Amino acid sequence: MDKIIGKVFITGDNIDTDQIIPAQYLNLVPTIPEEYKKLGSYALCGLPDEYKTRYVAEGKMETDYAIVIGGRNFGCGSSREHAPVSLGASGCKTVIANSFARIFFRNCIATGEVYPVETSEELNKSLKTGDEVEISFENMTLKELKTGKIHQLKNLGDVKSVIEAGGIFNYARKNKMI
Amino acid sequence: MGMTITEKILAKASGKPHCSPGDNIWVSADILMTHDVCGPGTIGVFQREFGKTAKVWNKEGVVIIPDHYIFTADEKCHRNVDALRAFVKEQGLPFFYDPGTPSYAGVCHVALPENGHCRPGEVLFGTDSHTCTHGALGEFATGIGNTDAGFVMGTGKLLIKVPASMKFEFNGKLPKFVTAKDIILRVIGDIGVDGATYCAMEFSGQTISDLDIEERMTICNMAIEAGGKNGIIAADEKTVKYVKERSSKPFTCFSSDEDAKYLSVRKYDASKLEPVVAMPFSPDNVKTARSMKTFKLDRSYIGSCTGGKIIDFIMAAEMLYGKKVKIPTFIVPATVTVEKALKTEKVNGKSLLQIFEEAGCEKPAPPSCAACLGGPIDTYGRSNTNEICISTTNRNFPGRMGSKDSQTILASPYTAAASAVTGYITDPRDI
Repeated sequence: MDKIIGKVFITGDNIDTDQIIPAQYLNLVPTIPEEYKKLGSYALCGLPDEYKTRYVAEGKMETDYAIVIGGRNFGCGSSREHAPVSLGASGCKTVIANSFARIFFRNCIATGEVYPVETSEELNKSLKTGDEVEISFENMTLKELKTGKIHQLKNLGDVKSVIEAGGIFNYARKNKMI
Repeated sequence: MGMTITEKILAKASGKPHCSPGDNIWVSADILMTHDVCGPGTIGVFQREFGKTAKVWNKEGVVIIPDHYIFTADEKCHRNVDALRAFVKEQGLPFFYDPGTPSYAGVCHVALPENGHCRPGEVLFGTDSHTCTHGALGEFATGIGNTDAGFVMGTGKLLIKVPASMKFEFNGKLPKFVTAKDIILRVIGDIGVDGATYCAMEFSGQTISDLDIEERMTICNMAIEAGGKNGIIAADEKTVKYVKERSSKPFTCFSSDEDAKYLSVRKYDASKLEPVVAMPFSPDNVKTARSMKTFKLDRSYIGSCTGGKIIDFIMAAEMLYGKKVKIPTFIVPATVTVEKALKTEKVNGKSLLQIFEEAGCEKPAPPSCAACLGGPIDTYGRSNTNEICISTTNRNFPGRMGSKDSQTILASPYTAAASAVTGYITDPRDI
């Protein structure tokens, strides 16, 4: 994937995995196709009521927001892969945050569900939910479509080779590990 | 250059003489643990990638411990345990702790060491973030997702980045009523919920050596609450005794070199520590229990991998002996072994169970994760409305114990029990 054009959904610091996918939905198994879709419908439904806009509208299976913007420590808490899976299943393509919790980041890479991208700018303060942006993975930039303003994102670093291979299994096959 | 315990274990597991923080290396796993919440998905990945008839890399290496959603009427939860049963049968796995049978164990993080699956110097991966608990036995243990676990299941290996180590050194005698839980909450309060992201948290010093194994588990359990990749405590005589009583496999004890490199070193005088609580909605929102004494509570919960071990219930019983609770107080032993100990362990001549009964606690639930993470709506002890619960568990994110309107306050068993007696957050020294 080179480019994503879509609307952003703004979140705060320390968005934990219980907020991304509350534990009562962990009875759903991500590798069962209809339950994968169902997980998508619950993505970010654990956010507190201060969030006036739901990430996935009531009664819908998919989100209108392909890009989630977070602050520090996005995805902290549980190792539940249901978290990146629910985002991916809902139609989220990338999460852009100031920092990620380790296991969530790793699960994004291993599954290939969403791209976890870091930024040093506080985009969750300067952008608003619903703003349209264009993300270029070639240049690692985020462009605000309304103003044309461009923000630099951080390079993917060590994990780039795993992402480019398409996840841990393809990476291992490419490197003759399996 | 010297290495830390974590670096030494990972170097050994990758067949290298040396490794450094930041190296990406393939390591061999000794144990892969999974449970009912992530097991079916892990098996799904394993079969998708290696084929329907593929065999796990090592039968003795795969340990399956259903523990999350056991005592519920939810049909999908039962289906998930059935999926584990079918897989165990097909693969001929020897280590399966099946609900509803005498082999049922309870919460994986307490059941793993109790049943001899944890040994110093080994590498243990688990599909649960609190897998870091087992660093308390001098091994490298960390939580992974289903996809990585499916990979380990088929290959016995995983590509990981060697974490930098942060050292937390505690010396001095802990005051009465100050516990391992207060130690780890203090650390998380000091460094924040992302203060150790990607790092190994190594705990050392005389205070740590003085703690027994279950208390050390409480500390390593919550390394993830500071973002840590693993928590670790060097194995000593207590560790060796504990492990040898439960496992006949040989193992290697590692300790950090004098010249090992640490990202940071923090030193604490344990004699100055106090009972603390983590207020909603973050484990790093740490205050002294005393400073919160006007905060009114609706319930108290004693249980989970963090706070539902034998030592935790002994502490709670010491506090509740001869007293009455003012708010509903839930007792959830982590494992069947702990459940049995409620009847056999005594404080002042009375069994723990008797003390809890006389204090007016709720009838103990059977061992499982129960309401620590909310779970299905019919879960024992779940906060279904706007309850404010003081709890010996490890997380207090919004909605963690059930409803988004509920609040969780993290505390030690002494503090949770003392608060149950008054109905307010209470420093156990003030009872």
